[in-house]
Amino acid sequence: MKELLLIAIGSAIVNNVVLSQFLGICPFLGVSKKTETAAGMGGAVVFVITIASFVTALIYKFILANEYLLRKGIDLTYLQTIVFILVIAALVQFVEMFLKKSMPSLYQSLGVYLPLITTNCAVLGVALTNVTKEYNILESVVNGLATAVGFLIAIVLMAGLREKIEYNDIPKPFQGTAIVLVTACLMSIAFMGFSGMI
Amino acid sequence: MNKYLERLYNGLIKENPTFVLMLGMCPTLAVTSSAINGLGMGLSTTVVLVFSNLLISAFRKVIPDGVRMPAFIVVVASLVTVVQFIMQAYTPSLSDSLGVYIPLIVVNCIILGRAESYASKNPVLPSIFDGLGMGLGFTVGLTLIGLFRELLGAGQIFGFQVLSLSWFTPITIFVMAPGAFLVLACLVAVMNIVRKKMDAKGKPLAAPTGCITGDCAGCGMSATCTGKRTADHTVKTE
Repeated sequence: MKELLLIAIGSAIVNNVVLSQFLGICPFLGVSKKTETAAGMGGAVVFVITIASFVTALIYKFILANEYLLRKGIDLTYLQTIVFILVIAALVQFVEMFLKKSMPSLYQSLGVYLPLITTNCAVLGVALTNVTKEYNILESVVNGLATAVGFLIAIVLMAGLREKIEYNDIPKPFQGTAIVLVTACLMSIAFMGFSGMI
Repeated sequence: MNKYLERLYNGLIKENPTFVLMLGMCPTLAVTSSAINGLGMGLSTTVVLVFSNLLISAFRKVIPDGVRMPAFIVVVASLVTVVQFIMQAYTPSLSDSLGVYIPLIVVNCIILGRAESYASKNPVLPSIFDGLGMGLGFTVGLTLIGLFRELLGAGQIFGFQVLSLSWFTPITIFVMAPGAFLVLACLVAVMNIVRKKMDAKGKPLAAPTGCITGDCAGCGMSATCTGKRTADHTVKTE
């Protein structure tokens, strides 16, 4: 239990996926203009990363690093990058179709963001981190969920700040993306304060 | 100008992925804490880009249009795996410091972007040179940003102490995560000024197409993506 909590706090806050690992910068910059859309994107990312880390952990444990195959001398783990990216791409399509059919209300709020996530490097990044850190399936899911919650926190905070920045008088060259990056820099400094926690 | 040299010039200067097109921002932020990391990341991306352009261009008439994207991803992911193993074998320390960002070359928008917009429409040789030019442009960009951050953050260049610590206090924040955002912010601001100057001169630079613009038009996956955000401003596409 203690390990799971440490993993969760570590990936959600201390090593925040956007602010200290630089994964998922694209949606962080692109979909953070309004708090509602940012929260929608964050929700979709939580949904997809949690499922994706569960599925990739299953595939890694039972197919790529299958004990029977390993004993026979067949090591398939080198296929992880190829398998993970394809599984994630297919999974996002599948989740989209499933939501459309069976949960139309959830699809209404998350649907538009789902395809954007396929190319989100955070999803692949989490799946690969789970393998490098040798997490078991439960730890992988917790790590995935926590990482995605970290993304949600970062993107919603950023959207809130950006709504305020709209009214400020910013030097011409810094208008647009540049001031967002400066804000991200300050947020990143703030999040560094958590680094003594674990 | 010779068309192959033109591709190199295009990648290195005219449509430099880091400075002009602003593509591949995730690796740019993540690995430029030192010049050597930037150089290593740039070169490994170049290798993947050249070979992916070669293969995709060679198979461009065989790959059916409907499964284009998955096919490209498989090609790129295989090449990235090869590069990853080569780096683990011959440059283990660099491989350790780049970590998860090497396999993440797969989702670098430069690679799928070039596959989609150039290699899948052009013959093999120009595609190779296109990949080489773009890759070297990316390498130069990452190395320069890495040099800048390393110099300010540690007083070093490629690991050699050039600013003596007896009088220079390293601004450590530059080699840490916030420094990456700050340097990129300043780069975007400087490029905004340069862009305006060039517009006034009548020689406009190519528009940035990456995620830095906050829309999906320049994304390599935009052909298959169904969740495209409508661009606030039109972005010039090829």
